[in-house]
Amino acid sequence: MNNKNGFEIPDFTRSPAVDKVGVEERVSRFQKRSIKNESKMQGLRMALNMIDLTTLEGKDTPGKVRQMCYKAQHLHDVYSGLPTVAAVCVYPSMVKIAKQEVKGSGVKVASVSTAFPSGQAPLDVKIMDTKFAVDQGADEIDMVISRGRFLSADYNFVFDEIATIKEVCGKARLKVILETGELVTLDNVRRASDIAMYAGADFIKTSTGKIQPAATMQVTYTMLEAIRDFMNATGKQIGMKPAGGISNSKLALHNLVMVNETLGSKWLTNEWFRFGASSLANDVLMQIMKAETGVYQSSDYFAID
Amino acid sequence: MAAKKTINQGVEWNYSPALESTSHVKLKSKYDLYIDGKWVKPQSKKYFKTINPANEDVLAEVAHANEKDVDLAVKAARKAYRNVWSKMAPSERAKYIYRIARLMQERARELAVIESLDAGKVIRESRDVDVPLACNHFFYYAGWADKLEYAFPNRKVEALGVAGQIIPWNFPLLMAAWKIAPALAAGNTVVLKPAETTPLTALKLAEIIHDAGLPSGVVNIVTGYGDTGASIVNHPDVDKIAFTGSTGVGKIIQKAIAGTHKKSTLELGGKSANIIMDDAPIDQAVEGIVNGIFFNQGHVCCAGSRLFVQEGVAEKVIEKLKHRMDSLIVGDPLDKNTDIGAINSKDQLDIINGYVKIGNAEGAEMYQPKCKLPKSGFYCPPTLFMDVAQSSRLVQEEIFGPVLTIQTFRTVDEVLQKANNTPFGLAAGIWTDKGSRIFNLTTKLRAGVIWANTYNKFDPTSPFGGYKESGFGREGGLQGLGAYLKMN
Repeated sequence: MNNKNGFEIPDFTRSPAVDKVGVEERVSRFQKRSIKNESKMQGLRMALNMIDLTTLEGKDTPGKVRQMCYKAQHLHDVYSGLPTVAAVCVYPSMVKIAKQEVKGSGVKVASVSTAFPSGQAPLDVKIMDTKFAVDQGADEIDMVISRGRFLSADYNFVFDEIATIKEVCGKARLKVILETGELVTLDNVRRASDIAMYAGADFIKTSTGKIQPAATMQVTYTMLEAIRDFMNATGKQIGMKPAGGISNSKLALHNLVMVNETLGSKWLTNEWFRFGASSLANDVLMQIMKAETGVYQSSDYFAID
Repeated sequence: MAAKKTINQGVEWNYSPALESTSHVKLKSKYDLYIDGKWVKPQSKKYFKTINPANEDVLAEVAHANEKDVDLAVKAARKAYRNVWSKMAPSERAKYIYRIARLMQERARELAVIESLDAGKVIRESRDVDVPLACNHFFYYAGWADKLEYAFPNRKVEALGVAGQIIPWNFPLLMAAWKIAPALAAGNTVVLKPAETTPLTALKLAEIIHDAGLPSGVVNIVTGYGDTGASIVNHPDVDKIAFTGSTGVGKIIQKAIAGTHKKSTLELGGKSANIIMDDAPIDQAVEGIVNGIFFNQGHVCCAGSRLFVQEGVAEKVIEKLKHRMDSLIVGDPLDKNTDIGAINSKDQLDIINGYVKIGNAEGAEMYQPKCKLPKSGFYCPPTLFMDVAQSSRLVQEEIFGPVLTIQTFRTVDEVLQKANNTPFGLAAGIWTDKGSRIFNLTTKLRAGVIWANTYNKFDPTSPFGGYKESGFGREGGLQGLGAYLKMN
C-alpha cells in the first residue's frame, strides 16, 4: 500500500521490538555526558529557544494568555540578547488572543485540539475542533491519538484519524501526541510513533502533560530512534516534542545530548525539536544568569507568567 | 552585549572539555615493595617507570622484585598464615575485609583517577565500573568469611595456605579485588603481582590495606615484570596460583606447576561471539555490540569481538552500528565525556595495529569513524572489519583492542557451529526477543558466561571463567570462594 506521500505503509504490527533494559542503559550514557562552559551556554540558549510555553487549564483567562505571550517574547529583559521561546501553546479558544499578542515576533501559536486531553469525542467533533483552531490562526496543531483504539489494536482507526486531521490542518504543522503514559510499554510507544509519522505527523509528541509519567528520557529516546528509522526509510524529517516533566536545565541538556547523538545536529533547532514545558524557562534563565554573574539568584528574580 | 540572532538552523554542538580533577591524587615518585606490612627496598635494587599511556608522561618509579624479593614475600605470607591469619576467628577476618572495602569506597575518587592515569581507561568506566565493582567484591566475600561451613554444606573446608596471584593490566584494581577478597575470606594469605604497565592502584590498595590494620604479611604486593611472576609461580612454598592474563603465559604456568602440589585457576584469553538474531531489538543490540567490543578499548578478555548477525537484519545492524560509532568520542581518558580512552601500552598498540594491517591485507572491508586522535599517547579508533572469513586470523586470534569482526549467518545451526569453532570459550552474547531461543542457544554455546540481551555485565555473586583455552576455575560467587579452599 502506498499513500499519497509516495512511501510504502509498513505493517504496524511488525514495528521493531524495543528492549526496556537496553533503553535504560543507553539513556544512562546520555545522562553521564558532562556539559560544561561554552557548550553549556550554547545548550541553554538552544533549550530556551525550543520551548513551547504552555498554559492548558480550564481556568485560563485571556489576561493570563496575554501575559504568557509577553513573557514568550521577553524572557528576562534585564539581560539582553536572549532568544524568544519557540511557541506558545494554548487551547483553541485562546488562539486568537495569542496570535495578536505574538504578532511579528516570530513566536508561533500552537493549539491543542481533537478533544484534548482525552481524545474521547467522535471524529466530526475533532475535525471541527481542529478547523476552529486553524481558522483562528494557529500555526501548529497538537492533536491527541485515540489511545483506547490503539490499545485495542485498531491501528487503522488511529492512522486514519491522524491522516484526516492532517488534511484539516492545511498549512499548520501537525504534532501528534501519543500520551505515552497511557501506552505503558516502549513497544507501544514505538508502534504509535510509526503510525503517527506514516499517517502524516510533522512532529511526534510524548504527552499531554495531564498524565504521569510524561516525557521520560526512555520514551523520548524510543521516539527519536523511530524518527531516525523513518528518515532512513522515507527521507522525510520529523520533529520531536517531549512534553511534561522536563522542568530543569540539566534534564533539558540531557535531552539535547540525546537528540544530538541519536539524530544529529540537524535536529538542534526549534524547527525540529521542542520542549513542551511551563516551568523550564525560568530554570534555564537562572542557570544562564548564574553562568554570567557567578552567583545563583533567587527564583523571585525571574517572572512567573 | 549585542542582540544575538535567534537560532533557527541546526548547529554543531560540540561538548567542551570536562576534565576530572587530579588535584586530590597523592602519588609518590617512587614505590617500594609491600612485604610483611612494610615498604621495603627491592633486593634487586632495580626500579622501572610506569607511564600514563594517554600522554606518555612518567607517573612514578616502581620496584622490580626479583627472586629474593619474592622469597621474602612468600616467607612473610607463610609466617602470617601460620601464626595469625589461620588462627584468627573467621568473624574477625571478615571485619578486616569489610574495613578494606569501606576504605576503598572512601578513596573511590582517588582510585578511579589513578586507574585512568595509569591504565588509559576512561574515567567514566573507572568511576562507575572498576572501583565500585572492586569494592563490592570485598563486601561480598567479607560476608562469606564466617559462613564457610554454610557455603559448602556437609564439607569440611580449610584454607589452602599461601596464594600467589598474578593479575593483568586491563582491570588492575578490579582484578586485584577479584583475587585478594576471596583468598582472604577463605583464610589464605597472599602474594600479589600487578602488571608492569599498571602497578599503581595495587600499590594504593596496599596503602589502604595497611591503613586497615591488616596483620603484617597477610597481603604482600610485589611489583615487576614476567620474571617476578615466574618467581612466584616457581616458589616451592606457594600453595595456589591464581592467574589472569594471556593464554600463552597460562600455558607456561601450567607446565611449570605440573607435578607440584600447587592448585591453580587460570582465567585466560577469549574470542567471544556476540549473536544478533533477526527478531532482536536492533537499537539495543547495537548498543550491546558497542559495549561488548569498545568497553575499556576492547581490553576485555570476554569482549564480544566476533559479531554474528542474521542475514535479514545485517545491513540495518551495520548501518546503525556505524552511526553509533560516529558518536563515540576518542580521547583523553580523564575527560568525563570520553567514550574510548588510550590503549594501555605502546606494545599493545603495535599488536592491534598489526592485526588491522592483516585485515587490510586480507582484503576485508574496514570501517573507522573519522574521529580526531590526540597527538601524543597511544590511541586506536574503533574499528570494524566486515565480510571476514571464519579462517581469517582476525576471527581466530584474540586482538585485545577495539577491533570487531562481522560475519553473517542464516540459521541457528550455522551460527552455533561458527561461534563454537574457536580454541577459546570465555563468553558469548545472544540478542533475540524470543525467550525459548535464548535457552536453546545458551545450552549449546560452549562458553563460561553467556549474556542474553545485554553484554559485559559483572557482579561479585556471579561466577566468571572459561572453557578450553580460556582457562579453568571460576572467580566470583561461591565457586570463586571454593577455589581457595581444600574441601573434604
